[in-house]
Order: sequence, then C-alpha cells, then structure tokens
Amino acid sequence: MPLKSEPVEVNIGPQHPSTHGVFRMVATIDGERITDVKMIVGYLHRSMEKLAEERTYTQNIPFTDRMDYLSAINSNLGYCLAVEKLAGIEVPERATVLRVIFSELQRVASHCMATGAFINDCGAWQTPVMYTFRDREKVLDLIEMTCGARITTNYIRIGGVAFDIPDEFLPALDRLVNDDLPQRFDEYDRLLVGNEIILMRARDVGVVTPELAINAALSGPMLRSAGIAWDLRKADPYCGYDTYAFDIPVGYNGDSYDRMVIRIEEMKQSLRIIRQAVHRLPGGPHKTDVPLALRPPAGEAYARIESPKGELGFYIVSDGGPAPYRWHVRAPSLINLSVLKEMTVGQTIADAIVTLGSIDINVGEVDR
Amino acid sequence: MPALLTLITHNWYDIRDLSNLSGKIEQLIRDANGPGWLVFVVSALLGAAGIVSFIGAVAIINIWIERRVVGRMQSRLGPNRAGPFGLLQPVADAIKLMQKEVLQPKVADGLVFSLAPIAFTVPGILVMAVLPWGRNMALANLDAGVIFILALTSLGALAVFAGGYGSNNKYALFGAMRVIAMLVTYEIPSVLALLGLVLFSGTMNLSGIVLFQAKYWMPLLLVQPLPFIIYFISSSAELNRTPADLAEAESEIAGGYHVEYSGMKFGLFYAAELINAVSVSAIIATVFLGGWWLYKVDEIVPGWMIFIGKIYAVYFLFVWTRGTLPRFRIDQLLAFAWKWMTPMAFLNLVLVAAEVLIWNETGVSAGLVLPLYAVLNAAFAGVLIVAWVKFMGPRFSRFPERLRYYSQIDVPSLPAVATRTDGGAPGLAEGRSA
Amino acid sequence: MPHPVTLTLAGAVVAERIRGALPGAVREAADGYTVLDPARMYEAMAFIRDDEVLDGKYLVQLCSVDQVTRIDVVYHIASLAQNHIFEVKVPADHEHPEVASVAPLWAGATLQEREAYDLMGVRFAGHPNLTRLFLWDQFPGHPLRKDFLALPGGQKPGLSQFPKQVPGQTGGEFRPRLPGSGE
Repeated sequence: MPLKSEPVEVNIGPQHPSTHGVFRMVATIDGERITDVKMIVGYLHRSMEKLAEERTYTQNIPFTDRMDYLSAINSNLGYCLAVEKLAGIEVPERATVLRVIFSELQRVASHCMATGAFINDCGAWQTPVMYTFRDREKVLDLIEMTCGARITTNYIRIGGVAFDIPDEFLPALDRLVNDDLPQRFDEYDRLLVGNEIILMRARDVGVVTPELAINAALSGPMLRSAGIAWDLRKADPYCGYDTYAFDIPVGYNGDSYDRMVIRIEEMKQSLRIIRQAVHRLPGGPHKTDVPLALRPPAGEAYARIESPKGELGFYIVSDGGPAPYRWHVRAPSLINLSVLKEMTVGQTIADAIVTLGSIDINVGEVDR
Repeated sequence: MPALLTLITHNWYDIRDLSNLSGKIEQLIRDANGPGWLVFVVSALLGAAGIVSFIGAVAIINIWIERRVVGRMQSRLGPNRAGPFGLLQPVADAIKLMQKEVLQPKVADGLVFSLAPIAFTVPGILVMAVLPWGRNMALANLDAGVIFILALTSLGALAVFAGGYGSNNKYALFGAMRVIAMLVTYEIPSVLALLGLVLFSGTMNLSGIVLFQAKYWMPLLLVQPLPFIIYFISSSAELNRTPADLAEAESEIAGGYHVEYSGMKFGLFYAAELINAVSVSAIIATVFLGGWWLYKVDEIVPGWMIFIGKIYAVYFLFVWTRGTLPRFRIDQLLAFAWKWMTPMAFLNLVLVAAEVLIWNETGVSAGLVLPLYAVLNAAFAGVLIVAWVKFMGPRFSRFPERLRYYSQIDVPSLPAVATRTDGGAPGLAEGRSA
Repeated sequence: MPHPVTLTLAGAVVAERIRGALPGAVREAADGYTVLDPARMYEAMAFIRDDEVLDGKYLVQLCSVDQVTRIDVVYHIASLAQNHIFEVKVPADHEHPEVASVAPLWAGATLQEREAYDLMGVRFAGHPNLTRLFLWDQFPGHPLRKDFLALPGGQKPGLSQFPKQVPGQTGGEFRPRLPGSGE
C-alpha cells in the first residue's frame, strides 16, 4: 500500500553551503524525491549591461572580471575579442600567445575549483576541495606575478594584454606545467576518478540527453558530457587555437560523473596547450596602441569564446560613440541552468545538490 | 586528613592501577569503623570524578586533535595560532560559543529543543562507566555490559531525533528522519557483530572479554576481523561521521538536526559528537583490541594508559575515514546495511557458533585452535567481501571507463526536441537506475 | 560535413532560404542579419530550426536592443552539425513590445526570454512562465530601456524597513512595496 504523503516546499539557498553563491532553488519534495524545482536568481544582479552603456569600452573590462570571478581572464578575453572585432583592431602575435597561455591557466584554475566544489557537494569533508585549492593557488600565483591581481585580473585589454610577463614567469610556469600540475592531476585520477563512492553518487545523476543538450543550448562540459564533441576552440578558433594540438574529451552518458572527469581531462589538455604556447612565444610588443576613448564604427559584433563554463559570448552594438550602445553577455552559467528542472526532478535532494555542483554555475555570471 | 595525605604520598608511584587507591581508602574507612555505605559512595565518586575529568579533557583536546589531523590530511596546518601548537584553540572556541546568544525558534518545541543536546551528551559519558580501564578498574563491572553499551550507543540517535524534530525546521526534520532510518538499520549489524564476540569469549562482562583476550594472548580483532569491519562501519553510521554523516550532511541539508542550534547548545552537540566518537572507539578498543591488556607491556605501563592509546588509535581511524571519503546517499547507505552488513553478520554468527561448538566439544588447546580460527575467519571475511563485490556490488560496467577524445569537432545529427508547453523540455532519459 | 571554421551565414542566404518556404516572412535581409516579420516569426523560427540547410537546432543566444523607435529582439542561431551561425532580428513596438515566444522550440530560450522581459520589457507571447528573472516583481519599469533613467518618484532601491513575508510567494517577498506598483 503506498503511503500517503504530502508535498513539502524546501528552500535550497540563497544561504546554503552548496549553492555556489546566492542561488536559490525552491524544491517541492515528496519524501526525499523532488517533484518540482523553481529556480530564483537575481540576488547578485548588478545590472552590468546597463552600467556598461555609460562607460567607455576600456572601462567596461573590470565588469567582465566580476561576472565569472573564477575565470576572469576568459571573460576579459571574450569581451576584448568582441570589441576588437567591432573596431577592427589587430593584436600583436606576442599578445595572442600570452592570451592563450593565461586563458588556459585560468581554465585550469576554474576547473580546479569546479572539481573540488563538486566533490564537496558529493559530501567529502573538504579534503578534495583543499587539494584543488592548493593547485588553484599556484596558478593564481602566476597570474599575480604578471598582473598583480589574483581574482579580478583586468589583464586582457583591447588590443593586447596589460603587462608583459616578468622574467621569472617562464621558469615558474615551466615548473608548474611540467612538474607540479601533472603530478597533481595523476593524484586526482587516483583519488577521484575511480572512487567508488563518487561513482555511486554521480553516475546516472543529472542526465542530459544530447538532443536536449543541443535544444537547450548547453555548452562547455555540459554539452561534451552528453556525447557531443563541440569546443569553440576547435569549431570557431580564436587566438589561433586551431594551430595548437589538443583533444576534446567527450563523455557518453551526460551525467554528473562525466562532467567531472571531462573537467579533469580538460585541465590536462590545457597544460598541453600551454606547453606548446610557451615554445612559440615570440618577441615584440604585447599590445597595440588603442585610444583610451575608443570609438568603434557603428555596427554590431558577436564574439564568443570557450570559457570554462561554456560558450561565453559578447554581443556589442555600437552607435559610433565612446560607450557601447548595447552590451549583452551570453552567460553560459545562466543558459546551462535552463535544464535544471529536467535534470533534478525525480531525484533526491542529495542528487540535486550533486547535479547543481556538476553544472558548475557561477552566480556572478548568472546574475551579472 | 594526615592519614589521607600519607595515603597519597606513600602510594603516588603505584599508578598502574588506580583501584589500589580506592582499595586503600576502603581499608582506611573499615579501619576507622566507618559506615559500610561510605565505602561505596567514596569509590563511586572517585571513579565518576576520574571519568568525568577524562571526558572533559577529551571534549577539549579532541577538537584540537581532529582539526590538526584532518588539517594534515588536507595539506594545511590546522589551528596553530592560539597557544603552543594551537592547543588553546578549543578553549577559544568554547569561549566564543558561550558568548553567543542561544537562539530558539519561536515555533520550536522548547522542552525537546533544550533537552536534546543534554540527552545527546549523557550516553557517551555513561558508556565510559562500564569499560574496564585496568585490571580492577571498572567503575561498574556489569555482567550485562555489552547489552548496556548497545543500549546507550543507540540512545544518541534518539536525542538527535528529538533535536531535529523539536527544531521545527525542514532541514532539521530531514536530519531527524534520516537518523531514525539509520538507527533501525545499523543497530542490527552492530548487535550481531558484538554477539559473535560474546559467543567467543563466553561472557557479556566487558572485563571478562578483556580477560579472555589476556588469557589467550589473542586480541579478538584477529579472530573476528569481519565483525570489526561491520561494527566499525555501523558505528560510524551511528556516530554521524562521514561517509555516513547523513543527519548532518552539511552540503545537502546544511547541518541537518543542529541547523537551528546556536551558542552552547550547539557546543554541546559538537562536544558530544566527539565524546561519542571516543566512547565508540573505547568500545572497539575494549572488545576487539584487548582494552588495557597488551601482551607483557601492561605489567610495566599502567593499563589505563594502554587503553587510552588504543582508544586514540581507533579514533584516528574514524578521523581518517572522515577526512577521506565522500558521503553516501541515504538509500545507498541503507541498502548497504541491509544487503551487505546484516547478511554478513548473520553468516559470521553461524560460523562463530560452529567454531565455538567444535572448540568446546573437542577440547583442543586454545593455543592451537585460536590461530587456526584466526586464519579461517580472515579467509572467510576475504571471500565474503570479494564475492559480494563481484556478485552483488554496484555495477558500473555498462559505462565505458574512459572518455572519448576527438581532435576535431564531431556533432551527430540529432532530431530536434519539441518542447513541453509548461516550461520544460522532454528528453530526459527515463531509465535512471533506482 | 561541418565547416572546419564556423561560417557566418550572410543575411541574404538565410532570407532566401526562408522566403523559399515562407514567402513574406522575411522583411529585410541586411549584410549580417535577417529581419523577420513579427507576425510570422514563430513559423519562420520553426522553419529555421527544422530546415535541413539552415539547421538552426542551437539557439546560441537571445537578447533585445532598444533602438529608440523600436525594440529589436536578436537571435543568434547556430548549427553545430554544419558549424555555421547566423543572426535573425525581429522588430517589436517600442511602447508595447510583444513577439512570439520561441521557448516551445528551444528550451534554452526559456530563461533568456525571461531575462529580456525583465530588463527590456519585451513580452513573449506563448512563454510558459513569463515572470521577472533578476529583479523583484514590484520593480517599476525595465532598466535596459533607453527611456529608463531612474526609479520613478525619487525612489531608491533597497530596504527601508524589514518587510512582511507574503505566504505562498516565492521570490521578491523580501522587497519593499513601491508606490505605483499596484500594491
């Protein structure tokens, strides 16, 4: 005889240890099973798109730092590419290679954070997150060495990068990329990838089918876990990514576990790219001179990059003035949340937390 | 009073067994023709004072130990600022907790809400009373000691339930319900595991179990490896420690049963969790590792020191698992208990009964039969575990182990999905395994 | 076979393809984008999604631009299998912008349409749950519109007093009631 039960509404967030910021899910549950999910965002909304309309193109770069604060350099890069496309600015070769190096470093840092936080959502008592934080710190040290900031870097500028690398950067990068991080990633393989409890917790949890993934415009590890080999670095190469040799790791099932393993593999691929980029780092200027009050011709441009979260796009409309007429961000974190309901309904609360962790949202980017 | 002083000064070196002290006091009272009941009152008070001071030290020092050990496991330092090696950190924590306002939700059940932390603390202390701390050092040498500790260790879950239910909070209620589900599940294997030991040693008296191990020079861990594993896992579930900290489950239900507690009420929960962990470690140290006995060492080193050493060895295991493993989901944890631990414990009980019967009937000398049984039981445990993993364990074989790697983009041509009109999209695989 | 590098389809190519199947659905074909007739845009979008050549199964992004006299809703649509991308615009009235919702076609449009409604005030007819996404329900106006200069009546956003919770309401219950919001 089925027990009579009554649906209960549970607020998960905005102040909850596992919602990765001020994200709120209102879950209707029956026992421990979720029957309905409403997501409520906007607690971190700063109306950047409106603010940007009153600032010059260069002044808008710090906003991109504060969107996805875990991968600020990637956000900088996407925005600068859009402006350069709009204004037709050529970037020196050295700056392009430096952009590749730093955006891949930032990808490692962001994926470290994502993996650690995901395992924490699976219920580990902070240990994996401490391990991944340790590696993220090393990457952030390098970023700090170059541009003085660790999180909100404001490093990539229109027409190049803000600073050239210091002399001690390349030896430190060499140590990190060839000694430290490969060892750490092997450690992750042993500690996390084959872990039975993580397999039990994350396999078949938060499944997205490939059809749904394309229909809902998912991107990044979410799309790749569903078995679709799609990476903008290959598909729509920017910064000369088509000249680097690297692979796209692709999952089979579209579940949380695949997303975690894909992130670990992508970190290894990022190291491959960095190694190649260091070898081809040319001399020359690290930026072109761009007027501070840049006035791109009237028109519009959409530039997109593969950020750690997915496809990060910037749509900029110019009316010929010094400030963008319209500045829209295609935020991968927000669009990846479109399928939250499909992924979580029917699961338990514990699974919903794991699923949310595997999406790897960043509320700064969701709300903007 | 001078007599008491002489007593202490003349016996200060004899700390191997603190029962000597209470024996002297007893003798003193009898010599002075004191009333008979005074003897019991004084020795009971002495024992209680010892245990309570030990518990107090444990509650303070274990916070530091746990945080330092886990800190090392997480490749960081742990508390190291307050006092030498950060030893005063627990004191600072306690002072902070005492200063905090004790908030009580308006809708909470006041009595239950206030009683729960106390009810959670007391059983952990009471367990210590029946444990033998030395050859003659058991405060209450109960003949039904095993039953007593089993009853007490499951009381903690009841207090957790009371706290969670009395808070009138949804998260706390989740924690409370999970605790009850885990209690009814994990009580059975843990009782069955201890029953095997009782069969072997032929007594429920904890001192008797230790004396059995001392007599045959054989810690029961060697003879009974499978019950050790079962009891360790099920007690870690009862203690709410990772990988079974479902009642707390910080990442899911944000602290679970103690989500509404603050100030010293929370502090009591926090301390009692450590006390209970030490109590269970002490039980394991007593019944599996031989308590105060350690071959010939206990003739030189005081038994209670050996015992405390063993307690912390077991406690380290608890900290280790906590620092390493992620958490199970509740259904997985319960399935694990019902499908693995309970049948294993039953099988083990049957085997032990047969072994004890053979031993008693044939009358072979213990020096021969116990090592034989140790090997046999270890092999039995190994076979059972391997067989279970092979035949009944979770199957991931239908998933490919490795990812695919593409050097170019490759998108299969897929049909577009029509969207539901209520805001969602279909296409979610229905075949999720339960 | 996908293009090795994403091909940006010219507006004329897209327009021609749509005109072939749905005459009159395209209003204008510019260099970089195609402008659809708002009245027939849902049909056209459905055609774009299911067409073999356009193959627009992946709605990259959706946003809206205030062009002072009208509001453009901008769709970037891509085909992953063929690796091309193109841009489609749908003009809407400036005072009462309303276009058909594409959420029934693309699940990814659900949240983005809510965002466009929230910040620009574009009503998407046929959207299953068209509520504000970021701002609270009583927020006056839509801030990304060019005529939104400040909150009306000198109001400042934020709390003046701790508000009462309305049972059964999710989102926005911890926000002040603003005058003129119908409360």
